Amino acid sequence: MMGRTIFIDPGRCIGCQACVSACRECDSHRGKSMIHLDYTDEGRSVASLPTVCMHCEDPVAPCAEVCPADAILVTADGVVQQADTTRCIGCANCVNACPFGVPKIDLQAKLQLKCNLCYDRTAYGLAPMCATVCPTGALFYGTLEELQAERPGVQVADSFVFGESEVRTGVAMVVPADRVQWPVPGGLPVVEINGKDVRR
Amino acid sequence: MTADPRAADRRTYLPLDPSLAPPGTRGFRDAGGIPADQWHADQNGETLVPTHCCFCGVQCGMYLRVDRGGKVFGVEPRNHDINRMRLCPKGINAYQQVNHPDRLTAPLMRRSRDEDFREVSWDEALDFTVSEITRIQQAHGNDAFGLLGGASLFSEKTYLVGKFARVALKSRHVDYNGRLCMVSAAGANKLAFGIDRAGNPFSDILLTDCLLIAGSNVGECFPVMTQYVWGARDRGASLIVIDPRETAIARTADIHVALKPGTDSAFFNAVLNVIIEEGLTDETYLAAHATGWAEVKATVAAYPPSRAAGICGVPAEQIVQVARAFARAPRAMAWHARGIEHHSQGVENCLSVINLCTATGHIGKPGAGYGTITGQGNGQGGREHGQKADLLPGGRSIMNEEHRRQICEIWGIEESELPPAGTSMMEMVWQMQRREIRGLIGICNNPFVSLPNYKVVKAGYDATEFHAQFDFFLSETAANAHVVFPVTTWAEDDGVMANAEARVVKHNKAQDPPPGVRTDTWVMCELAKRLGAGDKFAFADSREVFDELRIASAGTVNDYYGITYERLEETGGIVWPCPSTDHPGTPRLFEDGKTYHPDGKIHMQVVEWHPPMDPYDDEHPMALTTGRTVAHFLSGNQTRRLGALVEQTPRPWAEIHPSHGFRNGEPVRVVTRRGSEVFPALVTEAIRPDTVFIPYHWPVPTAANALTIDALDPRSKIPEYKVCACRIEHAEKIDEVPAPPVAPGHIAYPETQVSRTDPLPPTAPQGRGTSERS
Repeated sequence: MMGRTIFIDPGRCIGCQACVSACRECDSHRGKSMIHLDYTDEGRSVASLPTVCMHCEDPVAPCAEVCPADAILVTADGVVQQADTTRCIGCANCVNACPFGVPKIDLQAKLQLKCNLCYDRTAYGLAPMCATVCPTGALFYGTLEELQAERPGVQVADSFVFGESEVRTGVAMVVPADRVQWPVPGGLPVVEINGKDVRR
Repeated sequence: MTADPRAADRRTYLPLDPSLAPPGTRGFRDAGGIPADQWHADQNGETLVPTHCCFCGVQCGMYLRVDRGGKVFGVEPRNHDINRMRLCPKGINAYQQVNHPDRLTAPLMRRSRDEDFREVSWDEALDFTVSEITRIQQAHGNDAFGLLGGASLFSEKTYLVGKFARVALKSRHVDYNGRLCMVSAAGANKLAFGIDRAGNPFSDILLTDCLLIAGSNVGECFPVMTQYVWGARDRGASLIVIDPRETAIARTADIHVALKPGTDSAFFNAVLNVIIEEGLTDETYLAAHATGWAEVKATVAAYPPSRAAGICGVPAEQIVQVARAFARAPRAMAWHARGIEHHSQGVENCLSVINLCTATGHIGKPGAGYGTITGQGNGQGGREHGQKADLLPGGRSIMNEEHRRQICEIWGIEESELPPAGTSMMEMVWQMQRREIRGLIGICNNPFVSLPNYKVVKAGYDATEFHAQFDFFLSETAANAHVVFPVTTWAEDDGVMANAEARVVKHNKAQDPPPGVRTDTWVMCELAKRLGAGDKFAFADSREVFDELRIASAGTVNDYYGITYERLEETGGIVWPCPSTDHPGTPRLFEDGKTYHPDGKIHMQVVEWHPPMDPYDDEHPMALTTGRTVAHFLSGNQTRRLGALVEQTPRPWAEIHPSHGFRNGEPVRVVTRRGSEVFPALVTEAIRPDTVFIPYHWPVPTAANALTIDALDPRSKIPEYKVCACRIEHAEKIDEVPAPPVAPGHIAYPETQVSRTDPLPPTAPQGRGTSERS
């Protein structure tokens, strides 16, 4: 399974957006945050969930797969980099392809931006900025063994199913121990495209 | 699913060359490389200055990143005992205020409020201030001039505020904005234990089996403390949260008691009633360590769960559940904050929690005890050394003859020269309205946003003949002043603060102040010199003030004598009392079973619930309660200027239950007996149907404190921010949120997004990965 990576634990998230602010401080994209903070049940609960790039592994990251300019590159250790500025044409194909809704387009610069797992920090042996500061450990950086040593019995998933497609990711998510199932349902199933029921 | 055949190509497209990793690292994704502390220093010629966050009472350790030119330009997490690298969004963005374009860099002055400010020399501003102080005091007596300090100041400066008021101004009227923060808890702790601080360190939370959090939105107000709460839960501790709102902490609690605001002591009395009924008290502990138990027991007999359930609006079963969970736990802790303290019976609410801990014997043990969570960075230290109206340095009482004599000896004045106790912050504003106080200096506070009943506050300040304010941004209150002194931020001076654990930590200077800016210490000493007390204020820097503070606290309960700057830098913080330089400090109180009362016992106090001061009626049937958001700090003078925080929470709202029929975002008018304001509705089931919540960080026309009541707790004189009667109505439109007032000559809000570098994606990180691409 995964090596040293980010584990997302929505049960711990307090919606403080320290991760969002910390991401803005990253030297690789200073001033812009690559993290989404979603409220999953707004109006009923304060439950929230940070989304970082999941660094999809299998198949190759959908964003990279659809990039017509081959601008999104994957390192040998599985980090899906943000689009190479010398290649990116700002077409937003990656935005449409990502099942987790992660990449953003800087409309002014016509360039894609996304989380690159703080390559500027992890390359120097530091944890990504978001997981470093997260006050609650909703974003944890380390190995599965380190996570489980700290949180006994914790279960994680790194496979998500969208309709009939399954995506394995480099970043994992903590799932309720009593309801472990792989792959984890991700998003709504695709039922209809252009008025046609695609389930048939 | 079949692997995409192109995947392999894509993978091999970007081979990673380990030789490109910087020296000292073992691999690109290996965490064993260069220590975090050395990273930036090694790579970029930066320096990392170890210090602490300027905001709340957790006092997270952080590094400020300083460039080659000596300017603060960023933040790096620090592995300090308190926060272990964690930071909240305020902490991450705090550095941006240091070189913010709105910084005041020259004294501002005007002779009347009809004029505009003009920038003047320091001499002119100081001389005008001193001439006004002299004029007012000669005509109306020394007590006609007052001083209001702040609990975000370093302890050295809060010590100077108290000394300046009594020795240079010779006025009894000095108080501070910690009066709006944790004085209820302080009063209760003093009554029960004879010492004014939390009983346990944060790390004890990790050891507890049952954690009771009362009136504290930990997730938003003290986010970094959450790691201790979650750590306790990982160990299997149960969590009880008492809060009218389902906050992020309450959401995951085993028991969330959403009681009606203003009913806390009835609830805690009922919990104790159940504990007694079910024989869960620790009678051995009570017999050996407490007084007043019989009276408390007799009082809570009148609070069966059935009665309290009616008062509090919660099921009686929950009261029983809380009692069993807390009393049966081998180790239980109670932490509380403004939710139970901001009341006209704030002290009693805290005492009712202390009664619970005492009756169950959960005191003075690892994982068992009590604590209050401080709102301001130096809310704890800010009152320990004489800034509060009734206190002298070392927590001595200004009414105690022996204490007065001791301090007069240290200060080199006659006892007859030392004024008696003054009045509290809100009472001083009432006195300003009555023209009993005619001149005022404010240091590091913003009462126009932070005090209740804005109309009264504005009228009080407008009635002053002279008003000077120390600040580094032009706050709403400073905009009312005659003189504004531009002073340093926390990153431009050395000093200590005491956090919620009473752990004294050292803040280090990271950069020189901008030209024209002086430290608060310098300004107070210059004013004192011009007032003829220069010999008592011959301090060159913070260290000299701290050394006098140490001596002034020696032998008291709040003993700082053994704490030195050097020791703080070595240890990362020392918890007082620390009577000698080889004393390790006292993180946990009462381990020997003795309190700081002469008899060594806990003095349990009888608490009777009484309704809030603003009565409900047909016109005002609902409860208005106020609080914070995670993105902003207190009056917002600092955080409402930082782009990321403004973007996160640009404006206040009125949080209401869906049962009222409003749509999300719809304008809703909140009406109290003090006035009415319009907010966008945030419709959520996470709040009681009979309660409205408004965050208080904004000025009029969207100021929660234009609506709150200026009723005070009779003992602590804390205002009743957390409950007043209100109603809600449909409204036409929402008033605009005003931008913070901006100093002349500076860039206007909101174009102050500060210190952002090139927004385009840089190439450096990819460079290492892509170098062999072709």
